[in-house]
Amino acid sequence: MSVDTAAIRRIAKLARIHVEEEALPGLAAEFNGILQWIEQLQQVDTSGVEPMAGGGATALRWRQDEVTDGGQAEKVLANAPDREGEYFAVPKVVE
Amino acid sequence: MTRLTELTLAQARDALKARTLTARELTQAYLDGIAALNPRINAYITVTAEKALAQADASDARLAAGQGGPLEGIPLGIKDLFCTEGTRTTAASRILGDFTPPYESTVSGNLKRDGAIFLGKLNLDEFAMGSSNATSAFGPVENPWSRANDPAKRLVPGGSSGGSAAAVAARLALGATATDTGGSIRQPAAFCGVAGIKPTYGRCSRFGVVAFASSLDQAGPIARDVTDCALMLNSMAGFDPKDSTSVDVAVPDFAAAVARGVKGLRIGIPREYRMDGMPAEIEALWQQGIAWLKAEGASIVDISLPHTKYALPTYYIVAPAEASSNLARYDGVRFGKREPGADLIDLYEKTRAAGFGAEVRRRIMIGTYVLSAGYYDAYYLKAQQVRALIKRDFDLAWEKCDAILTPATPSAAFGLDEKHDDPVAMYLNDVFTVTANLAGIPGMAVPAGLDANGLPLALQVLGKPFDEETVFAVSGAVERAAGFTAKPQVMA
Repeated sequence: MSVDTAAIRRIAKLARIHVEEEALPGLAAEFNGILQWIEQLQQVDTSGVEPMAGGGATALRWRQDEVTDGGQAEKVLANAPDREGEYFAVPKVVE
Repeated sequence: MTRLTELTLAQARDALKARTLTARELTQAYLDGIAALNPRINAYITVTAEKALAQADASDARLAAGQGGPLEGIPLGIKDLFCTEGTRTTAASRILGDFTPPYESTVSGNLKRDGAIFLGKLNLDEFAMGSSNATSAFGPVENPWSRANDPAKRLVPGGSSGGSAAAVAARLALGATATDTGGSIRQPAAFCGVAGIKPTYGRCSRFGVVAFASSLDQAGPIARDVTDCALMLNSMAGFDPKDSTSVDVAVPDFAAAVARGVKGLRIGIPREYRMDGMPAEIEALWQQGIAWLKAEGASIVDISLPHTKYALPTYYIVAPAEASSNLARYDGVRFGKREPGADLIDLYEKTRAAGFGAEVRRRIMIGTYVLSAGYYDAYYLKAQQVRALIKRDFDLAWEKCDAILTPATPSAAFGLDEKHDDPVAMYLNDVFTVTANLAGIPGMAVPAGLDANGLPLALQVLGKPFDEETVFAVSGAVERAAGFTAKPQVMA
């Protein structure tokens, strides 16, 4: 599988990263280099193999569904680039 | 008396307890070294001298009262991926801006609880993505070692924990925290002639560690020798309810395991780690390591890990996929840098374009691609299946052996100006280390010799899940046999 500049434009959009038009061909070339290299995984017979998700062998723990934290608005907002009262502020979204 | 910065962690701990050395003297010696050498080495992004001296005075008061934790008064560096309450944490990225965490990571908190002093925050590849420390937004780190035949050439310290390894090697910290997602503790430790262990996945809490690839990330120490690593890990490890993947098992006395010896242990030698084009001196070092362990009473077993060659391509699907998800949080809204935009989407896109460096943008986009509709099964699901096979290779190997010995890296440290044109060539640095992350097992790099140019080379010891004790026992035996006493050219 290989990608062209249109595909790179679409991936950049999905990733929410602005990419200048003139940077697209270079990125496509890099992508294809990496994709060509990872393509060798297709040689491996994985029929019937359960995919491994997560890094440990043990099952995830359960806990009671109860509030364990909260009431820290000032700490949560301490690093906000912009705020209004106890809210994060962003440019107008709804016209 | 020897220079204070020459003491190992174990020696400094004993001198502090005996009151022949104060925490303030020791901390000041390190701060003096940092002031003299950090402008060149660039191991620290942030130095917290005043806080360190205040901590030292508090440690001295506790020690004078006959109190204090196991690491009381020990000056450490903290990789700038661990959140430190009230001290800027950057992940070596522009996008975190002046982010100052209002909380402490569990691992750094554990070290503090045990009396450690923090000298500052150590440089790394941006978001821990890299093998050279060259992707840091705060500039590269210089390896304190240089080639005998080309002393002026600046070498990389490895990555991503390049600042941690360089600081420990140059005596700018007595030990350092680090993290390892594909080799980020072991490769820089090997390049800088110091020891480092990536513990079993789940051994150290990930709470408060800036996330890269959550199923692979694991914290561990880099220190002067194997015993010092064991002492640090004893404090860093432990169950934490704040990390859902933290495993609730007892933390054994790792330091006691170092002297245990290897008599009767079966050491596996995986034939697939004999790579085409591997330098002869790496092969020779490996053979030397085998001979050392045999002489100490271990039996050597030929083993096969047949899916080894697929580990790196698997990693470069799994890790970017997880990174693209983890790094979605950097959107310029809740913390970190913000670039103005015409609307909210434009704000996200401009913030992320300006805030992330080229390697991070590349990995986020690769991850986005392999997770996108139509490609998920072919790439991501396939990689998770191959990952299961890589883990199964190890599960089968443990029926034949108790630990595995391999080279740590395919070469010694390379030049700051090398290998940056081809991402795949850079990725190959982790060929011997990445399997341990995929399988979730512990691995340690131990300095074992020098190459023809006088640069350090290391061996790697891999162990069963939650059997770091055997890893420390084998690493201790390698260390004693190697008698590695060489020192870097640049040192405090």
